[in-house]
Order: sequence, then C-alpha cells, then structure tokens
Amino acid sequence: MDGNYIIYKFVLASVILLISLVVAMYATLLERKIAGFFQDRLGPNRAGIYGIFQPLADGLKLFFKEEFMPGSADKFLYILGPSLTMMIALLTSAVIPWGDSLIFNGVEYSLQVADINVGVLYVFAILSIGVYGIMIGGWASNNKYALIGAVRAASQMISYELAMSMAIIAIVMMSGTLSLSEIVNQQHGFNWNIWYQPLGFVLFIVCAFAECNRAPFDLPECETELIGGYHTEYSSMKLGFYLFAEYINMFISSAMIATLYFGGYNFPFMDDLGLSHNALTIIGFFVFFLKISFFGFVFMWVRWTLPRFRYDQLMRLGWKNLLPLALVNVIITGFFIMLKHHS
Amino acid sequence: MSANQNIGLLTNRSKVVSVKKMTFMERIYFPAIIKGFGITFSHLFKKKVTIQYPEVKRPIAEIYRGKHVLKRDDEGRERCTACGLCALACPAEAITMVAAERKPDEMHLYREEKYASVYEINNLRCIFCGLCEEACPKEAIFLTNTIVPSNYERSDFIYGKDVLVEPVDHRVDVSKRQTPEVLNFKKDKNQSHNI
Repeated sequence: MDGNYIIYKFVLASVILLISLVVAMYATLLERKIAGFFQDRLGPNRAGIYGIFQPLADGLKLFFKEEFMPGSADKFLYILGPSLTMMIALLTSAVIPWGDSLIFNGVEYSLQVADINVGVLYVFAILSIGVYGIMIGGWASNNKYALIGAVRAASQMISYELAMSMAIIAIVMMSGTLSLSEIVNQQHGFNWNIWYQPLGFVLFIVCAFAECNRAPFDLPECETELIGGYHTEYSSMKLGFYLFAEYINMFISSAMIATLYFGGYNFPFMDDLGLSHNALTIIGFFVFFLKISFFGFVFMWVRWTLPRFRYDQLMRLGWKNLLPLALVNVIITGFFIMLKHHS
Repeated sequence: MSANQNIGLLTNRSKVVSVKKMTFMERIYFPAIIKGFGITFSHLFKKKVTIQYPEVKRPIAEIYRGKHVLKRDDEGRERCTACGLCALACPAEAITMVAAERKPDEMHLYREEKYASVYEINNLRCIFCGLCEEACPKEAIFLTNTIVPSNYERSDFIYGKDVLVEPVDHRVDVSKRQTPEVLNFKKDKNQSHNI
C-alpha cells in the first residue's frame, strides 16, 4: 500500500464522484428536454444554448430557497433523511467497473474503485439501505402524506427487491461469481448476458424502475395523491438532495443494467480492432457511458409513456407476477447449467 | 345509419362499451407497453408546437382587443370628455377618472369643455371585453392589437394618460375596430340591444 496507490485510488474516487454528480445534474436537464420533446414542446432552452445552464440555475435556485422545517419535525432525523439518501446514492458507484485497466510503466491501474469479491451483494445491500433515507425523512416530517409516502416506499422496496435479487441470482449462477468485474469480463466482446437472460433482464429493469421510485412506480412521491410524498415537507437544498439522489440512482441503475446484462465496457469486435490495451480501455469507457445514456433515456422514455400504477396493482405485479417469473427464471437457468455440465 | 339504429344514441360518435375479459396478450401488458413506446418515440420527431415568444410572435387579429388607446381628433385634441360612461360600463371596474373644466387657453388640447385630468385603467382588473369602447359616445377610447406587457410591480399595470393617450405625431390606427358597418350599427338605435 504505497503512496502512489493511495493517490491513484483517491483521484479515481474523486473523478467518479464528480462524474456521477455532473451526469445526475445534466440528467435533470435531459429529463426536462425529453419530456418536452415527447409532448411536442421544446423544453428549457433559455439558459444558454439548448438550456445547458439550466441545471446550474436550478441548483442556484434551490440554494436560495427558504430553508423550511416543520415545527413538529424531529430536527436530527429531518436533516439525516436527505443526507443519508444522497450518501447512499453515491456509495454504489464505488464497485461498478467503469472500464478495464490502464497500464502505465508496467503498473496496471484498474478503473474500478473497489473490486470487492461480493460486488453484487454490496450493491444490493446499499440499495436496500437507500429506503432508510426516504423512510427517515418521511417519518421525521411529521406529516401524514410524508409518512404514507415513506411507508409506500418501504413496502415497495421490499417487494421488488425480492424479484430483483432473484433475477440477479440467475446471473450469479451463470457466471459463478459475485464480483462485478468478473461478471463483466465474462461478457467479453459480444457475449453479453442479455442473450442468455432475456427474461431476467426484463424482470431486472422493471424492478430497477421500482427501486428507483421512478414512474410508473413513483408511488412514494405520487403528486396526485400524496402532494409530494416523503418530500412534501422539504424545501431548499434538502429537497434538492432528494431529487438529485433520484437521478444519481437512475444513473447507477443504468450502469448496473449495462454491467450485468449488456457487457459493461465490452463492445462487439473489440479484439479485431488491433488496438492497444489502453486504447481499448478508453473506448470501452465511452461505450459503457453510451450504454448508460441509453438506459437513462429508457428510464425517461418509460416515465413519459406509462401512467402510474395503482398501489394494489403495484403489489400484485411485484408479488404475484414478477417474483414467480423470477423463480421460474432461476429454475430454467439451473436446468440449462445442469445440461451443460452433463453433456 | 338508419334512424332506427340511432334510437337512444345522442351522437353518431358514441361507441359500444364492452366488458369482455382481457385476452392473454392484453393481460401480460407488454405488447401495449411497446406500442405506447412507439407512440411516444414518434413524438420526438414531430413538429414542436412551441412559439418562442419574445422572438417569434403569434399573429393576432387586426380587431384584437388589447391595450387601450385614448384617441385624439383630427386637430390633435383629446376626444374624451370624462362623461364616465366607460367606467360605468366596465364590468371589471377597471377605469377611474377625474374630470376637469377646460380653461380658455386649452382649446387646442381638449375638444370638449370638460375633459379627464386623470384617466386610469387598471390592466390587472381589465378583462378586455371592449364595453368601454362601446359605451363611449365620443369615440375616444379604443382597444388596439397590442398586448399589455408583463411587469414586476402591480402598480406598473395601472396605465395613466401618459400611456393611454395617443401621441400627436404617432397616431394609432383603430379603423379596423371601427369599420363603417360598425359605425352604422352603433348609430342604429334599434339594434343597440345586440351590441
């Protein structure tokens, strides 16, 4: 553990943190733009050309808004809620392999901050803690809408986590590892998991929408019924944190979808290009971002296409449709693995 | 469609509603979702309906009822005689005025012996119905095809004579709102209930 290594990890972590924040910032602009286009409007285009300064203006506005706290709120938990949500949203990016490795002077620098051998488990652990931010915020607000939103978020998270984990278990069974970098390396070239796990992918992406509290599963914030759900009583940058965390979660979820099912930084014919290892890594990094952007777009596309589910429909879908399907998927995967081993 | 089939239907656009059970394809919901995706995606490339307001302005009718103008006569004298009929006619009570008597040396400024020394229209109250214009016996007030611009202060929406009276060298054309037909129509006392 020499000084060089610490500096490299520190720089990498900072860069990834920065990228996550900037991407989330511009995802808010993209969301509004795309919402506009889907509705035959133009979206924000006044702050800078194509509205590129809009996120800055929005952020600035949030900073200057009145910091409001309900009199009956639990002060400590009220502040802890958004902080926790933000922190947890940013934690996941540590284990995602953003690219292969760069080799300088014979030393290999991996583009993954922490290549822990239980990466998949870590991501799910962090995702599950994510609901605590919402739960605490909703509880501390001492508002019935906030509390209903928080309870909804909790039950929704638990319901969809099961199906999501089951979808992932099929991937883990196939690749025989929990390490994300290992899973990505096994999808070298065009040998992506989506070809083997189409059902698993559909289940995973549906559950990812639910876990991110995105439309059509945005019942915890559900403006029409719950005003703003868990963030009803929040204002200023605390609200900003909640909204921002949603976009970071979206970014991370897209990255997870790309990592688990679409080969991460791998792209077709990467071995036939005859490029050096470093060049491939850099191209792979951009390819990975292209994939993430696509899934980010899908997130928005879904939001502006599908209406929100009713709460009983949401629960029925989670428990009675997605979970059995995920179990069937696990069984089918197991069956094929057995066939492969015995032939 | 024959008359018999129409019995009980108020329009010919009504649809028969069925409560049949959904088929399997409908129940799995995915084909419908994909179809919806197609529809929304096609909207990405459709012509946008937005009009970029300050740069592009939507064409408005020549007889548009917008900002008011207080007309002068051919010799540049104010036509308004502060009779108060416009204020009386105004359903939103947006008009106030203070009347004054014309001095001998003001003959070239005001047409009548009595004139409005203060004439204010509160554009936040105004509903641009045009009843003031209709009530005016002196053809002094007209609505024009300019839009009342937005402002930061409520007080800035109260337009006084400095804004309302047309400049002598820059007359406002209201002929479109005052066609001969309209004039004749207004003069016809038998038709006054239609105005």
